[in-house]
Parts: sequence; structure tokens; C-alpha cells
Amino acid sequence: MSKSFLEVDGLSKTYPDGQGGDLTVFGDIRFALDKGEFVCIIGHSGCGKSTILNVLAGLDEASAGNVVMNGKEIKGPGLERGVVFQNYSLLPWKTALNNIVFAVRARWPEWSREKVKEHSEHYLKMVGLDHALNRKPSQLSGGMRQRVSIARAFATQPELLLLDEPFGALDALTRGVIQDELVSIWQETRQTVFMITHDVDEAILLSDRIFLMSNGPNARIAESVKVDIPHPRARATIFQNPAYHKTRDYLVDFLVNRSGSASPEKDGTPRIVEPASDAGHSIPADADPESEAAAHAARA
Amino acid sequence: MASLNVRAALLSVSFLILALGLWEMATQPPDAQTGLTEYEMLMGGAEQESRVPPPSAVIKLAWAELSDPFYDAGANDKGIGIQLAYSVYRVLAGYLAAMVIALPLGFLIGMSPLMYKAMNPYIQVLRPISPLAWMPLALFIIQDSDASAIFVIFICSIWPMLLNTAFGVANVRQDWVNVARTHELGPLRTAITVILPAAAPTILTGMRISIGIAWLVIVAAEMLVGGTGIGYYVWNEWNNLDLASVIFSILMIGVVGMLLDLVLGKAQKLVEYKE
Repeated sequence: MSKSFLEVDGLSKTYPDGQGGDLTVFGDIRFALDKGEFVCIIGHSGCGKSTILNVLAGLDEASAGNVVMNGKEIKGPGLERGVVFQNYSLLPWKTALNNIVFAVRARWPEWSREKVKEHSEHYLKMVGLDHALNRKPSQLSGGMRQRVSIARAFATQPELLLLDEPFGALDALTRGVIQDELVSIWQETRQTVFMITHDVDEAILLSDRIFLMSNGPNARIAESVKVDIPHPRARATIFQNPAYHKTRDYLVDFLVNRSGSASPEKDGTPRIVEPASDAGHSIPADADPESEAAAHAARA
Repeated sequence: MASLNVRAALLSVSFLILALGLWEMATQPPDAQTGLTEYEMLMGGAEQESRVPPPSAVIKLAWAELSDPFYDAGANDKGIGIQLAYSVYRVLAGYLAAMVIALPLGFLIGMSPLMYKAMNPYIQVLRPISPLAWMPLALFIIQDSDASAIFVIFICSIWPMLLNTAFGVANVRQDWVNVARTHELGPLRTAITVILPAAAPTILTGMRISIGIAWLVIVAAEMLVGGTGIGYYVWNEWNNLDLASVIFSILMIGVVGMLLDLVLGKAQKLVEYKE
């Protein structure tokens, strides 16, 4: 493992369990991201997805292991990593525009006032909010707030974008619209994105690869599923691609039947799976036959 | 149907008229039909019982005072405007001094759990002390009655500001602090651009409580130190047995207190935000 854009090596997080021992939420997490990749991570609640993301963001510290980005170890938060939080985290006393200006000014302190404003407006326009520049977050709907939050993250042009279930609190319609917007922004910028989601369809629509986490405690990133559908994708047509259904079935099967027992390769890296390839995929050999049978039944 | 405001105003005015009317009737001198007794004639016709002056007398006096509020005819005869100005000056001086100490200290205590734990016992002991209890010590140390009054205002207005600032700063949502962290803001810029606006409504609430307490305390403090100010004025008019002036100054204390609160209320509105 070398020369990847982002390398995560042996990350684990333990908490005292209150009885003198330690509780390992996740252990020995190993993966690498290439530049320009869009990767989603899916797993059941409590497996520590958010903690992994926060460690990448520098907001939380892992108990062991390290993260190296561009050859430098990540210690603490930084502007080269942008974060979109599930609860938007806009500053409520600032207007939509000023929330972005705040970020842009922090990123490029040497820019003139006009340049900062122009740049910020451009990104608000990208998410279709040029009519709401001067509204405060409390005057925006949940979807609009999340758009501002996404615009803020993209506006600072971070090398790595971290999205923590950005659409979790939105209704299905709004979610769909913003997903499309995210697809088109990413199409334009091709930033490296690491995103947590609970939504299998969302993951297939957006990502190049999908990490599947086994259940906690001691959760692992068990598999890395390749999404073999060409970009640009559109929400309305993606389901016509046969790879879509194969991938979706595989993900659902994992989450329903195998997330409890799945494990990564012996060296700790996720098993690479290509559900849409002709060779098909093989259920890991060490999976117990019962759940394997259930998995086949679910897919049939 | 008139709007709620109009109806409320009408009701307010009728309460006022009713109260003034009852007061006026209750304080009329007794009928002089029976003629004066010999004793009364000896006393020059003066009433034996002192009476609370009727509202008409207070209004007449108020008119006279307010039409020339800033006259200065010697140490014991100054216009109500001058007396109030002295009091407001002392309140603002003590209040601003308290702000200069309380806001930064509150920030420090709010941002550092260590400082909070270290300072908390002192705050808890000092806070319940009546500000007037400091007066003898202040007079002895400062040796100046005016500065002592200002010190008493300082000591009474510092606590609500300090505690509210610390509370507001300590309870800024972690999400917003994380936004500052992910944008690599330094501690000072984080304090100014994120924590201050986030905690401002709580801080202003403390400042509003403080100005109210300061205005309550200044009257008592000035009764003690004497010389000038609305507190001294009330006590002086009591010594003169001029109850109309006492009632008038009580009303003025209320009006000025309300105005101070109004200003802080407006400031509070300015920094408020909706989540």
C-alpha cells in the first residue's frame, strides 16, 4: 500500500466499557482512496462510521492507527479536508452567503472582499440558491440548508470532502433533487469524496466504490464493492443498467444477512468485490453455510 | 372590535384614573366646617396628622421640576435632572468597569473547565454578598464616597454578566465550534467570529439583569454616601418632609430604570438569532 492519495492504516477506536475493560468500536480499519474517487461507506448503526469520518476530518482521535493524506499524517482538522455535517452546522446568525464567505475567507485570507463574495455567490448558484443569498438559515428549508452546507464545503475546494450522512434528515423528494445536484457538482469538480450513507440507492448512484462495514463492536470494513456503472449517472435512468440491480442485490444481501459475520482479507484490507462483472462474486469461503443459504434465497 | 393593543391601552388608562382618583379622595384634608379648636389656632391651623400628598400636588410639583430639571442652586438644591444624571453616571461607570472584567473572565471560565472549577468557589461565596455590605470596606480603602458608590455598582453588576458569559460560552454548540476547527480558525478568531456571536444572546441577558440590579443598588448606595444622586435626593426630601418630592422621585427612578432596561432589550434583539 503506497502512493495512494489517502491511506488509512490500522485505525481503531476503543472506549472504556465501564467495567474496567475496553470496548473496541472498530478495529484495524485499512483502506486507501485514490484521487478523484467517490467512496461511500455503509454499515449498521453503531459500527463507528461517523467516528471514522471524524478521525479523517481531524475532529476525533483514533485509539490506534494513522491516516496519511498526500504523504502527510493527519493530525487535527484542516482546510484541505472539507466536512458536510448531517445537521448542516450553518452559523445561524449569518446569512446563507455569509456562511460561505466565512469559509472562503478562512481558506484564502489574501483574497479581496469582492473576489471572496464573487466566489461564494458562484457556489451558491451551483446549488440553485442564488435567490436566497441573504436569508438566514432559520428562513431556509432543511433541503436548502443542506445545499448551503454543501456549497460551503465545495467552495473551499478541499482535496478531500467528507460527507456525514448529508441527506439523512431530508424527505425523499428533496433528497433526490440534491443527490442530482451533488452528482453534477462532482462531475464538474471531480473532488475526492468520502461519504457515509444508509441509503443503498444513494450509494450506487454516487460512488465508484462502496465500503461495507460489519457490525460493531469490533467492526471492520469487510468489503469494497466496485460500482461498475459509467459516469455521468442520472437518478432517472440508472436503474436501466443491469449492473445496478446486481450491485443493489449484493449490498442488500450483505446488510441483511452477512453484516454480522463478514470479515476482511487476512491482511486487514477489504475484500474486493465486483458484483456486476461476468465472473460474478463469491461469498467468502469462511461464511457459515446457513447465512450463505439465506443470502442465496434473498437474491433469488 | 379594537385591536388588543388599543384595548390594553384603554384598560391601562382607566386603571390609572381609578388609582389616582382613589388616592386623591383618600388624601383630602378634613372639612373645615367645625372651625378650629383653640389648640389648632395655637398651632397656626396646622394639621395634626401629616398626610400623604394627593396626586394633584405631586403632578404640580412634577411639572415644576421637569420644566427646569437642570437648575443648580447649591449643594442641597439641584434639579431632578442633575440628580438623575449623577446616578446614571455612577451606574454606567461601575457597569462598564464590570463589563471590562466580566466579559473576558467569563470567556476564560466558559472555555476552560479548569478555570471554571478553580474560580467557581470564589464566585459562589462572593455572589450572594449584598453589594452594600462592601460599602464600609470600600469607603475605608478608596477614601472617596463617589468612587465607593461606583465600586458598589461594579461589584453588584459583575456577577450576572460573569456567570451568563461563562454559561453562554460553555454551551456554544459543538457543531459550530467544529465548523471553526475544520476551517482552521485560531483560538482568538474562533472566539470572536463563532463563540461571541453564538453566546451573545446569553451574554446580553446577563448584562440586562446586571443593569437592573445596578439601578436598584445605586439608590441605596447614594442614600448612604450622600451628596448627590437620586438616592440622596429621595433621602434628603424625606428629611425635609417633602413627601410630594419623594413620590415624584420614586416615579422618576422607575422611569429611568425602565429606559435603561429598554436600551439593553433593544441590544438583545440585535444579537438574537433563530436556530
